[in-house]
Amino acid sequence: MTAFLQIDNLSKSFSGLKAVQNVSFTVPKGEIVGLIGPNGAGKTTCFNLIAGVYKPDEGTVTLDGKSIGGWRPDQICLAGVGRTFQIVKPFAGLSVLENVIVGALKASPSVTDAREKSKAVLERLGLWHKRNQQASELTLPERKRLEVARALATEPQILLLDEVMAGLRPTEMDTMVSVFRELNASGLTILMIEHVMRAVMTLSKKVVVLNYGKVIATGTPNVVTRDPAVLECYLGEEAL
Amino acid sequence: MIRHLLDGVPRAGIVMLLAVLAALLIAPFFVGGYLLSVLFLILYFAYVGQAWNIMMGFAGQLSLGHSLYVGLGAYGAAALYVHYGISPWIGLGASIVISGLAGAVIGFLAFRFGVAGVYFAILTIAFAEFARIGFDHFTWVAGSSGFFLPVENYRTNDFWNLRGSPTMFYYLMLGMTVAALLLCHLLLKSRVGYYWLAIRESPEAAQALGINIFKYKMYAVVLSAAMTSLAGVIFAFYYNNLFPEQIFHISRSIELILGPIIGGVGTLIGPIVGAFLLTALAEGLREVMLQIGVEVPGVKQVFYGFCLLWVVIFLPEGVWPPLAKLLGFNKPERED
Amino acid sequence: MPIEIYLNVAASGLLTGLVYGLMALGLSVIFGVVRVVNFAHGEMMTVGMYVAILAFTTLGLDPLVMMIPIAAILFVFGYLMQARMINPFINRPEHSQFMLLVAVALILVNLQLIFFGPDARGVQTSYSFDSYQIGPVIVDAAKVYAAVAALAVAGALFAFFRFTLVGKAIRACADNYQGALVVGLNVKHLYALTFGLGAACVGAAGAMLVPIIDVTPTIGPAYTLLAFVIVITGGLGSMPGALLGGVLIGVTEALGGVLFTPSAKSMFAFAILVLVLLFRPQGILGRKTS
Repeated sequence: MTAFLQIDNLSKSFSGLKAVQNVSFTVPKGEIVGLIGPNGAGKTTCFNLIAGVYKPDEGTVTLDGKSIGGWRPDQICLAGVGRTFQIVKPFAGLSVLENVIVGALKASPSVTDAREKSKAVLERLGLWHKRNQQASELTLPERKRLEVARALATEPQILLLDEVMAGLRPTEMDTMVSVFRELNASGLTILMIEHVMRAVMTLSKKVVVLNYGKVIATGTPNVVTRDPAVLECYLGEEAL
Repeated sequence: MIRHLLDGVPRAGIVMLLAVLAALLIAPFFVGGYLLSVLFLILYFAYVGQAWNIMMGFAGQLSLGHSLYVGLGAYGAAALYVHYGISPWIGLGASIVISGLAGAVIGFLAFRFGVAGVYFAILTIAFAEFARIGFDHFTWVAGSSGFFLPVENYRTNDFWNLRGSPTMFYYLMLGMTVAALLLCHLLLKSRVGYYWLAIRESPEAAQALGINIFKYKMYAVVLSAAMTSLAGVIFAFYYNNLFPEQIFHISRSIELILGPIIGGVGTLIGPIVGAFLLTALAEGLREVMLQIGVEVPGVKQVFYGFCLLWVVIFLPEGVWPPLAKLLGFNKPERED
Repeated sequence: MPIEIYLNVAASGLLTGLVYGLMALGLSVIFGVVRVVNFAHGEMMTVGMYVAILAFTTLGLDPLVMMIPIAAILFVFGYLMQARMINPFINRPEHSQFMLLVAVALILVNLQLIFFGPDARGVQTSYSFDSYQIGPVIVDAAKVYAAVAALAVAGALFAFFRFTLVGKAIRACADNYQGALVVGLNVKHLYALTFGLGAACVGAAGAMLVPIIDVTPTIGPAYTLLAFVIVITGGLGSMPGALLGGVLIGVTEALGGVLFTPSAKSMFAFAILVLVLLFRPQGILGRKTS
């Protein structure tokens, strides 16, 4: 399996606080990789480093052979990376459809074309019936779906999902899981930050665990969830 | 083409707009000189408010120094006409270039160096003030003593040199306002429009979707500046005199944003509604005061101030959005 | 030109600059704590100036004496404005807040225009033509008194924020709004208090300026802008910064007026502003906000 996304020795500090230290992992092409760890472990910082929101202090980010460390977020999107935000950022004053059209425009030569693509994406995520509603009127789970739809509309080769399952009901979660499975089956590589273990276990073939900015374990979900270091960081030393 | 223009616009809205347009087209045959000048002012503020709205409503940058572009446009075309006899239709090319460049410089400085919000507004004020003081000493265009355009007879309309009756200017302004409205409407439906709105709503999300924020903000700033400069050209040739103290003054900048703010920032019709309301009410007030026999300078501005205050407090989105809802213009169903 | 001229001009600029600094201090306090951009700052100052002029012409009271009542009047005005009008706007988007104060400024300027007319007014006190000589430098007495008064008021304000309980509470609000709420501070009241103090500063500064410059209703906006330039240059949230900025601008303007043309002197203030905004937006003494 060729590495589609490769992180090598990534480090980032904020005012002396080391958010991410020497993090290395790979996301093979066409796979779903989970990125887990306690709150504050540096997962979203990793995403922000990959997506270009922050510049790495050290280390490299390689996408399909190209080094993208230090690129602007919009350039990285054009290179094939789609991402969602942990705290959703919908275009509140625009309708659901318009939100997705903005994303679709990246992969479409015209607005008409973008609208067609947006329709497909919205139907896939079950938001088509709300297409004319203002994004600000959506419930949180719907906003999360919109966030995913918008990122998907850019026709990325790799999708970075930041805690999209949080707050979803089990049925909604199942729908999302099956959507991601379908997308993955048609070739989409996915890197997902998740706290909801159920989703991570069922979807990911590989899991990377972060704690205090460092990678403490990598492997299949089964192996990782039995790793003592991982159990310790989630449950605490005494629980072991 | 027409189909594309009309897509998404509620039918009632089109009817209303056409009715208003028709009324405005025949107005000069029915109203006297004074009312015509009032209508001219309304259109002027509607146009310039629309231009300003592009920077604020679409790209989210609050400019309180837009008088800079009016002034640059005015002086540019006027200087070329007075010194070289160049028609304003050609001279406006210079106006657009100069103002566009000024806008580009301000935009570049602001966006490259991360100057936003309050600071951006103050930066724009600073540039306008700089121009005001600078032009006071700019002797090629007469500086503070005032730059005058030769006024010839109003018997014949010289459209090429923009010498003529108020009626000529009225139709010209009407044409410009309609063109501005159509342009903004088309822009909003295009990629540029979507990207602008995205940047306005959430710059980070916009970037994550592949939008080059700097590029699109610059487009908005330069377009806004260039459009505004054309209003300056009209101003120069209509009033025939230019004083830096007046044309670059901050009160001009404030005046031209009153329309869009009161009408509704970021909406298409807002600046037009705002301009109509404000000017109509102000002139009404003036009439009332004349009847009472009071003629005090400053009353109109106090009135504007209170209108602005009232709208800002009670109608934060402006007059148009709630009015539109009242009239039943909801978000249109898109063609699927 | 002989060096004495420059020294005199610089000294004069320094003294006036201290008064500018006091005016800007009011703005800095308001913006630093309440985070509201007071676009009506200069206009409030002209209100204070007109009151001082009225008091002088009708009651014969010296503007420097009137400084205290004027500060009190403007304190009340500022307090009420914040408490009644601006507080509900705290969570509104930035441009709403600006426009609110722009509207207030518009109203104030034109009300003054209506009541006082556009002609320049000034006062001539008993010491208007006095001067002091310190070495080679000759300075106007009026400016010296004004500068001393400015320092006194600024000093009082520093002491207030440093040593009193209320002052500390206000600083707490500025540092951490949520935290202040959580510990039970009446933030709305403290904000109003702060705005009142800022307004009082600017009123006092106005009273001090009356013997030095002439008033017209239209100088308000120019001084609002000047206050912003000073605050941004000196550093937002830094009180010494406001005074430093004031002195810097005062001296630059004065020297600029002598070296180039007097009417172009405000161009220097703007040039400095642009440079600061670009290269050191936190100002000379300001703290960099992350």
